[in-house]
Amino acid sequence: MALRKGSTLLLTQGPVIRSFAAVGSKMEGEGPLGPSFDLICEDSAFGQDSWEKAEASMQKKALDLAIQKGAFSPEEIDVLFAGDLLNQCISSTYGLRDLNIPFLGVYGACSTMAESLMMASLFVEGGFGELAGAVTSSHFCSAERQFRFPLEYGSQRPPSAQWTATASGAVVVGRQGTGPRVRAVTPGRIRDLGITDANNMGAAMAPAAADTISRFFTDTGYQPEDFDLVVTGDLAHVGSQLLLQLLERDGVRLEGRHRDCGLLLYDRKRQQVDSGGSGCGCSASVLCSSLLPRLLDGSLRNILFVATGALMSPTAVQQGESIPGIAHLLWLSAAPAGKE
Amino acid sequence: MNLFVLLKAFLVGGSLCLIGQLLIDRTKLTPARILVAYVVAGVLLGGLGIYQHLIDFAGAGATVPLTGFGALLAKGTRQAIQEQGPLGILSGGLTACAPGVAGAIVLSLLAGFFSRSKDKP
Amino acid sequence: MGLTPKDYQQMSQEASPPSRTVKNGAMAFLIGGSICTLGQIVLELLKSMGMEQDQASALVSLSLVLLSVLLTSFGLYDRVARIAGAGTLVPITGFANAMSSAAIEFRSEGLVLGLGAKMFSIAGPVLVYGISAGVLYGLIYYFIR
Repeated sequence: MALRKGSTLLLTQGPVIRSFAAVGSKMEGEGPLGPSFDLICEDSAFGQDSWEKAEASMQKKALDLAIQKGAFSPEEIDVLFAGDLLNQCISSTYGLRDLNIPFLGVYGACSTMAESLMMASLFVEGGFGELAGAVTSSHFCSAERQFRFPLEYGSQRPPSAQWTATASGAVVVGRQGTGPRVRAVTPGRIRDLGITDANNMGAAMAPAAADTISRFFTDTGYQPEDFDLVVTGDLAHVGSQLLLQLLERDGVRLEGRHRDCGLLLYDRKRQQVDSGGSGCGCSASVLCSSLLPRLLDGSLRNILFVATGALMSPTAVQQGESIPGIAHLLWLSAAPAGKE
Repeated sequence: MNLFVLLKAFLVGGSLCLIGQLLIDRTKLTPARILVAYVVAGVLLGGLGIYQHLIDFAGAGATVPLTGFGALLAKGTRQAIQEQGPLGILSGGLTACAPGVAGAIVLSLLAGFFSRSKDKP
Repeated sequence: MGLTPKDYQQMSQEASPPSRTVKNGAMAFLIGGSICTLGQIVLELLKSMGMEQDQASALVSLSLVLLSVLLTSFGLYDRVARIAGAGTLVPITGFANAMSSAAIEFRSEGLVLGLGAKMFSIAGPVLVYGISAGVLYGLIYYFIR
């Protein structure tokens, strides 16, 4: 069972990441991680007649692939934790409705991959089942029409804006077996330092990421040097700079160990994504196309995966509210659990 | 065609757009608010009789930006009041800008029928 | 920590790259000016054909609206606007783009509450405040002229 230290849970069993899959579209395929995706669908409509259906279909494809790669059948999965950015999480509910797997919807904005993976890990760690799935997605077009403007509307993006990834990631976690392990989790606290600009989400989320990362090191006594990488989700260019400044105030120096999914998924300059990528699918697909494969082949040993989310809604922003951020942390390790 | 007339339209129209860009980049104003501000400013300047001078000088350079739309509303209201009395207060503005608005509505309806939402490249 | 929101907003402002004001302004000026010049060319042509000023002016607006809706339908308007900024926002073409893009985008939610209602989601406020300001002006003009 899990061992609590401060607000960090050390998972003594170490749930195993049994299989995973990343699906993306054209832009993601042209990015640096393009060749590592399991499926790149050039048609961002995924053969559907609305962007919402496209996203739902993409999320289904990611989970299907993950189940297939692990040679599981859907009936073996005991529970699914899934969510996305659309109102009432319709990409997950409509995409996964035909699977007949017990379903628990989660909302953590762009932090959803870390949140759902954390819950799936705790579920198997607690012995409540053998296999649990974690899925999330985002789609540029469905997010744009919900949060910003119609796609054909002529608008200019400020340099601090982020580009919602059209991507999905799915992970199947098991109680036993071989694969990368989840060694510890630190649930995030909501942090709001008064950023009101919805075009500067990186800045809104950086304090939450700094808070969670600091707490993990304080709780566990580990140092940044104990990890190969600390990978945040979707702070992008602006937020990453702020994160390093904030952590330095707390006496945590990540030196060259920090990476950000929003900067890994796209070539920021060539693909004109301004500050970088964002959306649930961004950190999810980076995890499943790059980080987990590298933990599998041993080129990474220990990493901290810290996906961040901006917990805003257009309604709240229009009412003048500031944007609360959240960041959930998972310690992922290539080494078998129990060996220190 | 008189090139000087075109140059005047270019300079005045361009300047009105430049002001809009400065408002976007330097203030917190969203595009929708800027459009509203332009129309209301147009009504105000048109009502005060200032905007007509700009139209006389720059032609389309003053009528094409949304301030021109506002000025047209004011002008139409004034003319309707002169011709029909108090009812013109309500009927003048819409009547004057009806061609543009009705055109935009009908053409947008057709666009909605015949065009599909596309992903960004 | 002891970091106040005020301090953080300062930090965040320093970390955020500034908008490329000079380049943005230049492009807005050039493209916005060009749209107006195009309008002027049409205006001159119509007037040379013997049309009176007011009528010609209305036709200019209409032709620019048509051009904007066509470019929007083919997915080209937003590409120009990404460079032009206010240059494509402020002219009447921006108003037509706001309406037609919403009509195209929300067609999937039906003809009435999708296309019909959402057409005004961005352009509606312009009509609401423009017409109301006109009526207010009319009231003042009627009573003090």
